[in-house]
Amino acid sequence: MLSTRHIIDVEDLTLEDLMQILDTAESFKEVNERRIKKLPTLRGRTIVNLFLEPSTRTRTSFEIAAKRLSADGINFAASASATVKGESLVDTAETLSAMACDLVIVRHKYAGSPRMLAEHMDAHIINGGDGMHQHPTQALLDLFTMRERLGHLEGLTVGIVGDIAHSRVAGSLVPALRMVGARPIVIGPPTLMPARPDILGAEVSYTLDDVLPELDVAYMLRIQMERAEGQPFPSVREYSRLWGMNEARLSAMKPDAIVMHPGPMNRGVEISSAVADSPRAVVLDQVNAGVAVRMAAMYLLLGGDASGAAA
Amino acid sequence: MDGEAISRAITRIAHEILETNKGAGNLAFVGIVTRGATLAETLASKVGGIEGAEVPVGTLDISFYRDDLATRLSPEVHRTDIPFDVEGRDVVLVDDVLFTGRTIRSAMDALMDYGRPRSIQLAVLVDRGHRELPIRADYVGKNVPSSAKERVKVYFESTDGRDAVEILEAAEGGGQ
Repeated sequence: MLSTRHIIDVEDLTLEDLMQILDTAESFKEVNERRIKKLPTLRGRTIVNLFLEPSTRTRTSFEIAAKRLSADGINFAASASATVKGESLVDTAETLSAMACDLVIVRHKYAGSPRMLAEHMDAHIINGGDGMHQHPTQALLDLFTMRERLGHLEGLTVGIVGDIAHSRVAGSLVPALRMVGARPIVIGPPTLMPARPDILGAEVSYTLDDVLPELDVAYMLRIQMERAEGQPFPSVREYSRLWGMNEARLSAMKPDAIVMHPGPMNRGVEISSAVADSPRAVVLDQVNAGVAVRMAAMYLLLGGDASGAAA
Repeated sequence: MDGEAISRAITRIAHEILETNKGAGNLAFVGIVTRGATLAETLASKVGGIEGAEVPVGTLDISFYRDDLATRLSPEVHRTDIPFDVEGRDVVLVDDVLFTGRTIRSAMDALMDYGRPRSIQLAVLVDRGHRELPIRADYVGKNVPSSAKERVKVYFESTDGRDAVEILEAAEGGGQ
């Protein structure tokens, strides 16, 4: 059982919680390799996917996780919901609460909305990505994949490359890496760095090539055309030449270093096709781990719940 | 029970299993973590030794199949590992102590998710009574009448440094 009712920020979790999620996910990964990929564990529980921002992979991953645990999953998509008719988020929360949902996965374009939902609902909340703030289950599945491929987490040097300022993936991954004793370095052009990169808790580098040989993991962030304001770099081609992962850069890294990407990839921009398809890119392992990690988070949040004082 | 009594009981169970199943040809053992798994290993090597054949062994964690998940969460989930096809096999489920029968109910459900065994049999080192479900063991090391408040604890050399079965005065919660 976890020490928290909700997973909104990585910081809601203690190190013990975090390791318990990863360890439990190992067992769920075995289930995902079976012929019958279904457990009766969360039978009769209702899990709502409240996705108020477009998402296919994260929503699908949560949906599969809920189904494999025999929970009843309901999708509440932005386009079909009352929100387009002008219902406020709090009213949506109270409506879902009145329908007695047990767990709500929320994705929203504004940072902090999952926290607000948590204050207006009895259900558990998992943040499925809020604005430019956090995406905690992504960080958990990333840690799971690193541990699986590299055998440990403590002491790993992880370079997070690209649009640090707008990335909720980086927002969760940096504190998660610090918790497990790894060394995060955020890498990117100054125009894609937050105003105060020094308070992220990571080392900062403005050139990729200088730090490449130190990295155990190169974590390539997606260039988010939809979030970039103005023109943070002169051209996609220049970005790719200075900040993209390609075969030459891959060979400058340690021989067992891996390349990660949260998806969806812009092939030819932040990662070349050759690298994306190489065995050292673990993008599909990340997707695979995503289902197991989300099953673990759901199981640990909802199990033991009826005993009352779940705090 | 001391180490010698346990060893004799396991040897007898091994022979009973072979007698009932007319050999080890279609047999497989599945131990329920953690002490059932240790016991399953021991039984399998005993049976294998008698028959001169390798008998497949798996381990099963039943955390995800419990019926009391709403009120209780297993503190630690172990890995389930069934390295053989259960379809059509005679599977002997192995646990250290048979008590309410709820663990065995969960284990049978879990096992069925891997396929359809020809039969499921149950071997336990200790049957302490107090069943809450219509479940019985096919092979029993020792019947130990106990009060529901007591705890029956099994120790194994490989995990605990000694072989023994002890009845402890209950703390709270009962358990096994």
